[in-house]
Amino acid sequence: MAEFWTGYAWPAIWIGLQVVAIIIPLLLCVAYLVYAERKVIAAIHLRRGPNVVGPYGLLQPIADGLKLFFKETVIPTGANRGVFIIAPVLTFTLALIAWAVIPVGDGLVIADINVGILYLFAISSLGVYGILMAGWASNSKYAFLGGLRSAAQMVSYEVSMGFIIISVLLVVGSLNLSDIVNAQRHVWFVIPLFPMAVIFFVSTLAETNRHPFDLPEAEAELVSGYNVEYSSMAFALFFLGEYANMILMSAMTTILFLGGWLPPFNVAPFTWIPGPIWFAAKIAFCLFIFLWVRATFPRYRYDQLMRLGWKVFLPISLAAVVIVGGVVLAFDIQSLVK
Amino acid sequence: MPDTNIKNLTMNFGPQHPAAHGVLRLVLEMDGEIIDRADPHIGLLHRGTEKLIEYKSYLQAVPYFDRLDYVAPQNQEHAFALAVERLAGIEVPPRGQYVRVLYAEIGRILNHILNITAYAMDVGAMTPMLWAFEEREKLMEYCERASGARLHMAYFRPGGVAADIPDSLVDDIAAWCETYPAMIDDLESLLTKNRIFKQRTVDIGVMTAEQCFDWGFTGPNLRASGVPWDLRRAQPYDVYDKLDFEIPVGKHGDCYDRYLVRMYEMRESVKIMKQCIEQMPAGPVKSADGKFAPPPRDEMKRSMEALIHHFKLYTEGYRVPEGETYAAVEAPKGEFAVYLVSDGTNRPYRCKIRAPGFAHLQAMDVMSKGHMLADVVANIGSLDIVFGEIDR
Repeated sequence: MAEFWTGYAWPAIWIGLQVVAIIIPLLLCVAYLVYAERKVIAAIHLRRGPNVVGPYGLLQPIADGLKLFFKETVIPTGANRGVFIIAPVLTFTLALIAWAVIPVGDGLVIADINVGILYLFAISSLGVYGILMAGWASNSKYAFLGGLRSAAQMVSYEVSMGFIIISVLLVVGSLNLSDIVNAQRHVWFVIPLFPMAVIFFVSTLAETNRHPFDLPEAEAELVSGYNVEYSSMAFALFFLGEYANMILMSAMTTILFLGGWLPPFNVAPFTWIPGPIWFAAKIAFCLFIFLWVRATFPRYRYDQLMRLGWKVFLPISLAAVVIVGGVVLAFDIQSLVK
Repeated sequence: MPDTNIKNLTMNFGPQHPAAHGVLRLVLEMDGEIIDRADPHIGLLHRGTEKLIEYKSYLQAVPYFDRLDYVAPQNQEHAFALAVERLAGIEVPPRGQYVRVLYAEIGRILNHILNITAYAMDVGAMTPMLWAFEEREKLMEYCERASGARLHMAYFRPGGVAADIPDSLVDDIAAWCETYPAMIDDLESLLTKNRIFKQRTVDIGVMTAEQCFDWGFTGPNLRASGVPWDLRRAQPYDVYDKLDFEIPVGKHGDCYDRYLVRMYEMRESVKIMKQCIEQMPAGPVKSADGKFAPPPRDEMKRSMEALIHHFKLYTEGYRVPEGETYAAVEAPKGEFAVYLVSDGTNRPYRCKIRAPGFAHLQAMDVMSKGHMLADVVANIGSLDIVFGEIDR
């Protein structure tokens, strides 16, 4: 019996606690990201944003959540019920499970696996299934077009994202996320790999279906694309999934290019602040850019977005792999960053 | 292998669609995302305005014109007022003409603000709308201070305007004219050179000058195709011939040029407003002919004749001599005109309204063919469609 406790039960409980410790703050962040989005965009628009529910409107996300929770879940007659219900669940789950490998601080990670970045990339690629299933199962033309667009878009931008990740991996020489962060002790990769960092960030905008690449849910054309037939919690799961994905992508950008939990300078006042706070601050910075872009730019057209992905980003990131690879080999960069 | 018959996708775009600008219903036949045919369906906002006007006295007909293109109401009233004045042979005193032109240009800016920003929103940029609507709100306040209503002014009446505007209002409008160009600059900084905006609009929905003539285009849509036709210059009414302004003309006739023309027109409108304020003389704002224009309130209390005029005007109305006329104004959307037939009674025998949007909407199919779904939205935005005037 004692062996059962020490061998299985305690580790299981310990993992469960770790999962809760990641998911609860994450969900809170998602809720308040919605609030932050409304406030930031309101400031850019010269308006106030939510300011009625609670002090400074701070309870607004909770009110919104409650409202969605108590609504009726409408399933259209023509819809494929099973797939229709699985789609939002899938989207939301995928947005959460990717966090298992994200190191929020030095050693603060649930699963410090050796193929961390590969796992992350695989999970974010799976995200397209949720949207595709939703678009198809709704049996609506708008949703269908939205789903198709989204599939094409996410697949296209993943290619160039993959190449950029490869060039980072070439520099580091490891697929472990903690190693990637530790390799940036001397200089964050955003400086030596600058153009790639920008392309990567733009690709994450496309990957999360955010402005100016929010074609799958283009309000003006497709009413709201793949999720047009969804209501209540099913809709809320899509919504939360999208925002959780935004945070995830910002975390990825932070880890790959902005030095993860590392302080900007390795000197006294900066090193006093603990790593997780630096990590959160950098994610918040990336998220702010997400919101800023949304308030500023018009939306691409479908074919223009594909052209940008295949004819601009892909050649550049391919060339980057070759150049970075050559430099890494010639100057033995990998031993420098070790 | 047997031949498979591939059917085009038919999509219903509107009337409950966020980009359909009111109650537009487009039936789109699409080959994937490429438009094969765009078929606008109208009539969902038909209220029988023209027929209703036949049963109202001339003065009672004025508010119907507010409710046509409700984005710039005063410009429609202007056409009706001009038509009645021409039939009845009334002269509007100079101050009245200047006030009308001032407010007609306010109407033009009201319209262009709404159009450009809604258009920007259709292609995905949402900030311009929220920025410019603050200015639009100020303009509506000026409308309210002149007429009592922020939207449906009922201010331009046959014979002049309803009431004079106070000097404080003129000063405020003059101050606004100084600050507004900065807002236009801000809007331009978000849109004009934005690469995404240009990619979405340049070479989209191109209309050549010939096509514009064929489809009955007028206003900014025609000028964007390079035809310098503006009724304010071609057949000046009120005091437009005394004012100095330019007529912006586009080159390519695409969505981007239509946007640029409207942007430039706003600057010119501000220029016209400034000139109106400078040149505006003192004096009456409506015709002195007591048979057409109501007397001032205090005179009514003292003069028996004025009282009788007032009573007759607000019960029976006035009789307009037999005849017919076509009065056109350069409304913000294009040539808005009234064809008015009078049989000598106190009600119009027939009042045909020529709405520019109606002619523009016809071209949706020509403009959209071969473009993508997203371009339909840009086309609708750039055509400046308001359903109040199309369905009447």
